Amino acid sequence: MNKSWTGFNITAVVFGFAFLYIPILILIVYSFNESRLVTVWAGFSTQWYVRAFENEGLMSAAWVTIRVGLVAATIATVLGTLAALALVRHNVFRGRFLFSGMVYAPLVMPEVITGLSLLLLFVAMGMDRGMTTVILAHITFSMCFVAVVVQSRLITFDRSLEEAALDLGATPARAFMQITLPIIAPSICAGWMLAFTLSLDDLVIAQFNSGPGATTLPMKIFSQVRLGVTPEINAICAILVAAVASGVLVASLTMKRQELRRQRAEQLAAQA
Amino acid sequence: MKAALRSILAKSTIWLPYIWLLIFFLAPFLIVAKLSVSEPAIAQPPYTPTFDFWDGPAGWWRAIGQFSFYNYIFITEDSLYWKSYISSLQIAVISTFLTLLIGYPMAYGMARAPRTWRPMLLMLVILPFWTSFLIRVYAWIGILKKEGLLNQFLLWIGLISEPLTILNTNTAVYIGIVYSYLPFMVLPLYANLERQDFSLLEAAMDLGCTQRQAFWKVTWPLSMPGVIAGCFLVFIPTVGEFVIPSLLGGSETLMIGRTLYDEFFQNRDWPVSSAVAIILLMILIVPIMLFQRSEALARERER
Repeated sequence: MNKSWTGFNITAVVFGFAFLYIPILILIVYSFNESRLVTVWAGFSTQWYVRAFENEGLMSAAWVTIRVGLVAATIATVLGTLAALALVRHNVFRGRFLFSGMVYAPLVMPEVITGLSLLLLFVAMGMDRGMTTVILAHITFSMCFVAVVVQSRLITFDRSLEEAALDLGATPARAFMQITLPIIAPSICAGWMLAFTLSLDDLVIAQFNSGPGATTLPMKIFSQVRLGVTPEINAICAILVAAVASGVLVASLTMKRQELRRQRAEQLAAQA
Repeated sequence: MKAALRSILAKSTIWLPYIWLLIFFLAPFLIVAKLSVSEPAIAQPPYTPTFDFWDGPAGWWRAIGQFSFYNYIFITEDSLYWKSYISSLQIAVISTFLTLLIGYPMAYGMARAPRTWRPMLLMLVILPFWTSFLIRVYAWIGILKKEGLLNQFLLWIGLISEPLTILNTNTAVYIGIVYSYLPFMVLPLYANLERQDFSLLEAAMDLGCTQRQAFWKVTWPLSMPGVIAGCFLVFIPTVGEFVIPSLLGGSETLMIGRTLYDEFFQNRDWPVSSAVAIILLMILIVPIMLFQRSEALARERER
């Protein structure tokens, strides 16, 4: 097998990863640049981080983004999990075709269309654009991603475990809370994280549905970038990248450890 | 009483997300469709409704008579729109091909890497997917600018004597798309190539194929489902892309997502932007259906 790990293969992999990571690394490195000119290196400095934290516009946008993300991701996780349960457990119900279509469609929908259509809905309902409308919009598209993530776990879930609990006298609610939920919990967590990062990242849909006082961080970054690249933006981007990357790494390591622990428990159970 | 309550609760797993999606996904679409056949007006909101749901069937019928296809006719007459559609499709096709060109060798190399490295390599492909799209596109501005790092580098090694103009051209858009969507291409390809039975390749070589022939006769045809999935996953979102053309593209870059956005925010013409959205959706329905059919076929085959 190792014979196939040839020069060509190594080159392709190294080139691919260099392409994926060098731009982000450059961004991070130049956020520590002394000079205001983003492309000329003038020595190490953390002044742009200080400036970014002193920039009230940026900070209030960051705060809005975090609040929107937390609320939207949480509600989206509940709705998405329910949708996944409905799709996996109820094979026949009236309007199932429409339902599954509505769950999958937002995944491939161009953001400009989702943004535009939700805005028109809010106008038709007479709602003022602001944080609430951004949250509603984010729930709608991220719940579908949660549904897909949870659904893939539910499909492989062994229902006989739940049936055993029912046979042993548990109520359906109790069987769900004590058996099903703990088993699908990792996928629900992954779904929440995905929903949160989608909300954190979204520019287009927020741009359509946000109003005065509810500028999110991506909107702020976008409007500043159009005026030119500034080191403050580099600094805030570097912080965001670091936060998301460490969040993902910690989560995946925890999940891996739980998986190992579960396997060990299963081995022990098999030996006993 | 208790049983009835429980059954309502059990049904709520369906009804809660169902009603949510009906209100926030289906209803908005019907509004877009309706608006696309309304007359534009200088007002707030800037259109005259031709349709009121509460009029009852007779009212609906009357309203259908008032549908105006003015917006659609306008779109076909103004070359800006159809040029945007065509150039979006063109950019999407070319960048999908380029992504495949870079993504395939990369996925192939990953699938042939020592087994213990593979989970880490996979993680490294997925990680950029989690980091902000906007930031990753933004990172390229500093690189592609006239006084940017790429030009500095090329000047330094003496490949060019004058800085190239890359930012705000279509080239920059291609780079941005390939960069942003590379993980979407690599993941399905890797999943496919990693599962391929290596002994098939050895059999082909035993039967006298050169390494290159064996690749084209065995590996490539077998990897077709991965290639198709990867290409759709890149092509479909690229057609409606907004962020990349507006940050990296120039005035020559016509992409329909950007045209729609400008139509809405700058010209404030809501009916025309709705019509643009409806046509974009109709164009995308074809590849989306094809993609779902090929996915369903792949699932069948696995069983």
